[in-house]
Amino acid sequence: MTTLTAVGLPPAKGRSGFKGALRSEWTKIRSVRSTSYTLLATAIVTIGISTLFAWGQSGHTSQEDLADFDPVRYSMFGIIFGQLVIVVIGAMTLSSEYTTGMIRTSLTSMPRRGVVFSAKLLVFTLVALATGLFCSFTSFFIGQAFFQKVQIHEFGPGERRTIGSMDLSTSLGKPHVLQAVVGGGLYLAVSALLAFGLAALLRHTAGAITAAIGALFVTFIMGQFLPHDWAVKVDKYIPFLAGSQIWGLRKLGDKDVPMFSAWGGFGVFTAYAAVAIIIGAYLFRKRDA
Amino acid sequence: MIEAVGLTKRYGDKLAVDQLSFTVQPGQVTGFLGPNGAGKSTTMRLILGLDAPTAGTVTVNGRPFAAADNPMREVGALLEAKAIHGGRSAYNHLLCLAQTNDLPARRVGEVLELVGLTEVARKRSKGFSLGMGQRLGIAAALLGDPKVLMFDEPVNGLDPEGILWIRNLMKTLAGQNRTVFVSSHLMSEMEHTADHLLVIGRGRMIADCTVAEFIEQNSEQQVRVRTPDTERLSALVTAEGGRVSAEGTTLRISRLPLERVGDLAFENNVRLHELTALQASLEQAFMELTKDSVEYHAAVPGGQPAAGGGPGSPSDVPFDNPSQKVEA
Repeated sequence: MTTLTAVGLPPAKGRSGFKGALRSEWTKIRSVRSTSYTLLATAIVTIGISTLFAWGQSGHTSQEDLADFDPVRYSMFGIIFGQLVIVVIGAMTLSSEYTTGMIRTSLTSMPRRGVVFSAKLLVFTLVALATGLFCSFTSFFIGQAFFQKVQIHEFGPGERRTIGSMDLSTSLGKPHVLQAVVGGGLYLAVSALLAFGLAALLRHTAGAITAAIGALFVTFIMGQFLPHDWAVKVDKYIPFLAGSQIWGLRKLGDKDVPMFSAWGGFGVFTAYAAVAIIIGAYLFRKRDA
Repeated sequence: MIEAVGLTKRYGDKLAVDQLSFTVQPGQVTGFLGPNGAGKSTTMRLILGLDAPTAGTVTVNGRPFAAADNPMREVGALLEAKAIHGGRSAYNHLLCLAQTNDLPARRVGEVLELVGLTEVARKRSKGFSLGMGQRLGIAAALLGDPKVLMFDEPVNGLDPEGILWIRNLMKTLAGQNRTVFVSSHLMSEMEHTADHLLVIGRGRMIADCTVAEFIEQNSEQQVRVRTPDTERLSALVTAEGGRVSAEGTTLRISRLPLERVGDLAFENNVRLHELTALQASLEQAFMELTKDSVEYHAAVPGGQPAAGGGPGSPSDVPFDNPSQKVEA
């Protein structure tokens, strides 16, 4: 420590604001290993399970199931498990600031909390979207490769016969296909944003992850046990069922239970995440850090 | 400059900071002294806007901290050791802070050099020792070349070399006409570093004076005497120029050596049950002062910087016991 003169510090130009906060949040998210590890895990789980499922589907499709064959959804089934991984990044992006104490350093360098929160939210949204779209498009293309030759079976009494193979694949140019594949990425991204909002509410990593998995997965499983007259009214609001209508060509859910449309359902799903984020943002600004 | 007016913070039913009003001036090191739990950290958090005050206001260089154009150029703060994400390298930690205030990246290298962490700049801070963590925190505080610096218990867990380094750093910063506000629960530490002292206990201001004044007022030798005949001994001691405060059968005598008190009693046939020298180190004075801050609050000139109580004035000694305080 010889001198304290700030050689590398030119005089200030204007007021610090959103632009600097964005660059800062980008540095934060890319400079910890946990980000790349969890992003990689999301991709491996989503694409890996999608591939396994598509491979299985291409070898075991029966004649009766042909009418329901959804070449988009069946190529992206890994999303169901990938969402459980991407919520970890969503929660940790914010909660790690609290668990490490970094939040106090962050808010001392930029005490305007709305700026900090919105910059973090925007950077994370872009990262989650890029991850989600990468997973959904990769899964889609791998799946179509399998679906070009699907073995069709006929189930007789006590036996199974292969009666030939069909090309059940589709392409992005067909109606609704591009929307559904993009929708897969959107679904993953909004799942992560729901976890982000819950982390702002709870300020606790494990708590936020548990809450997100509860909202996405447990509500869906519980919905399966509802009596039919309840299911008819409630099922379409279950986050997983509402949000998942967008990433397939056919309705997801029991045949006689009504569901939202692709975008209608996705809107409901996004509204859940938005509510968590808005309450989280309010508390982020109001609470003692 | 930091100015607080009636600053109050309540957590549930606990009053952590109780109507603090003070000014921290530039160009000197101001020590913020108080036992653990006295409200020092809370006060610093209130200054930074990390916590919202229940009542009162605090400004930094005339504005609330959150309104600063470039916060890091106004205030640099070291709050707790390692308020950092351990998975991030020292360089990236400082870079993400610098970016929030549009500070150039080359300033990061400069402060790393300044605190001696250049060699470990690319290492994750998880593996840093407490001392290295403190240095990284100080590097972050210095990034914006701020006018005001706040350090919360900066020497905690440091080795002697690190302590000396921080002391010199704070003095250098104050010498550059910056405001340096540093908290500690150790009087001995402040004795070496601070020019001015704010002493708080249970969230309330107990003393606001220079270190020299504090030493003058509190480093007095005292004698404790227990005698059944307090009245006579008091009269004798006072006649000799000593000062007496009584509490039941116990007298506290100042400005008279222990031997003289004993001789006086012997020559005048006053029976003594105890005759003890009270060594009043600054540390003890401080502990005494803050032991029961509410009780002592009334007697010690809070918010009375210089002047007033010279060495001779009767009300300035925190050793005074409560009974005399009521009279004063």
